Amino acid sequence: MAKDKRRWTDRNVEVLVGTLLRSGVLLSAGVVLVGGALYLLSQGSTPADYRVFRGEPTDLRGLPGILKGVLEFHGRSLIQFGLLLLIATPIARVGFSAVAFFMQRDHVYVWITLIVLGFLLWSLVGSGFVF
Amino acid sequence: MNCCEFNFLVGLVATVAGLLGSLTGLGGGIVVTPALTLLFGVDIRYAIGATLVSVIATSSGAAAAYVKEGFSNIRVGMFLEIATTFGAILGALMATKTPTSALGIVFGVVLLYSAYASSRPQPSLAEGRGGDPLAERLGMNSSYPTSQGPRSYVVRRVKTGFGLMFGAGTLSGLLGIGSGALKVIAMDQAMGLPFKVSTTTSNFMIGVTAAASAGIYLNRGYIDPGLAMPVVLGVLVGSLLGARLLPRVKTRVLRLVFGLVVVVLAIEMIYQGVTGRI
Repeated sequence: MAKDKRRWTDRNVEVLVGTLLRSGVLLSAGVVLVGGALYLLSQGSTPADYRVFRGEPTDLRGLPGILKGVLEFHGRSLIQFGLLLLIATPIARVGFSAVAFFMQRDHVYVWITLIVLGFLLWSLVGSGFVF
Repeated sequence: MNCCEFNFLVGLVATVAGLLGSLTGLGGGIVVTPALTLLFGVDIRYAIGATLVSVIATSSGAAAAYVKEGFSNIRVGMFLEIATTFGAILGALMATKTPTSALGIVFGVVLLYSAYASSRPQPSLAEGRGGDPLAERLGMNSSYPTSQGPRSYVVRRVKTGFGLMFGAGTLSGLLGIGSGALKVIAMDQAMGLPFKVSTTTSNFMIGVTAAASAGIYLNRGYIDPGLAMPVVLGVLVGSLLGARLLPRVKTRVLRLVFGLVVVVLAIEMIYQGVTGRI
């Protein structure tokens, strides 16, 4: 028990979090880079036009569509998957904090962290079904 | 312009923006959206979506370096994130209903304010006030390392800080920016946190706040992979380079030049918004 507490001090948690964030950013940047290379190789000579807003096709707006595109090795889907990993990095960090507060028996902050986590997950997963 | 040329040019601009943003402390994301809309004619909604994702990249990248120094106050950060993430969701939902010309004008005004706020030291509003009992109850008071050993500090005016953070989150979600300037002001001035603590805590919060609106932007089709790729990679490379160079560069002149660029971009955004060209 005492040993457990020492392992979950704020200081140790922060060092772990630093590693988590760095790995998340590097991993997602790598995926974006590979996807970008594929995208430019296949569509590099088509004209780039972002003057008129059309919105992305549905298969680039949510996890199922993006994953399907990744399995088919589409460059744009792979980039989008890398961006999704990037968005997930701070969310994972918040989830990790919830665990750390729980291990420290700090119940007030477990709840505070779970509220933040709830907002984040709703935005990513649930907001597509509202409005 | 074909996709290859476009990606190369956008990547170049994003790298320079990331470099200058990290050297001056203003953040690179803040000039990427105006650069994309004004120089490349990109629809502001695509520009906002791409920039928002790059904000997450720089925040997480910098946080990895910050956490080792042990300055950020994770309890203050997490508590205030209730306000910023809720605000960010609200802001992102508002963005989908706001005319693009209005977005341009608001963006310009926020740019002007950020340039102004970073150009002069801000007086602390919390001077002479005692600690907030709420901060005591929430276990927010802490200490940070100095060369003379750890120095403790108390947190003031928690409710005011919470309210300001809600505003910062809303602007972040509406415009796809980190609103770092506003966050630091709330923690520095209202809550009386030591400067190093407020900057590092704010950086940690920026990524979480941006992630809250990014989900909505993704679901609404604002994030285009072809545009986000050069922006994210460029800003990330530029800001990492900036962090390396920072100890060796005199930033005073740089801040002045970058500040002027920000002001020019801001006025142009407002002008184009008022004349309905955005």
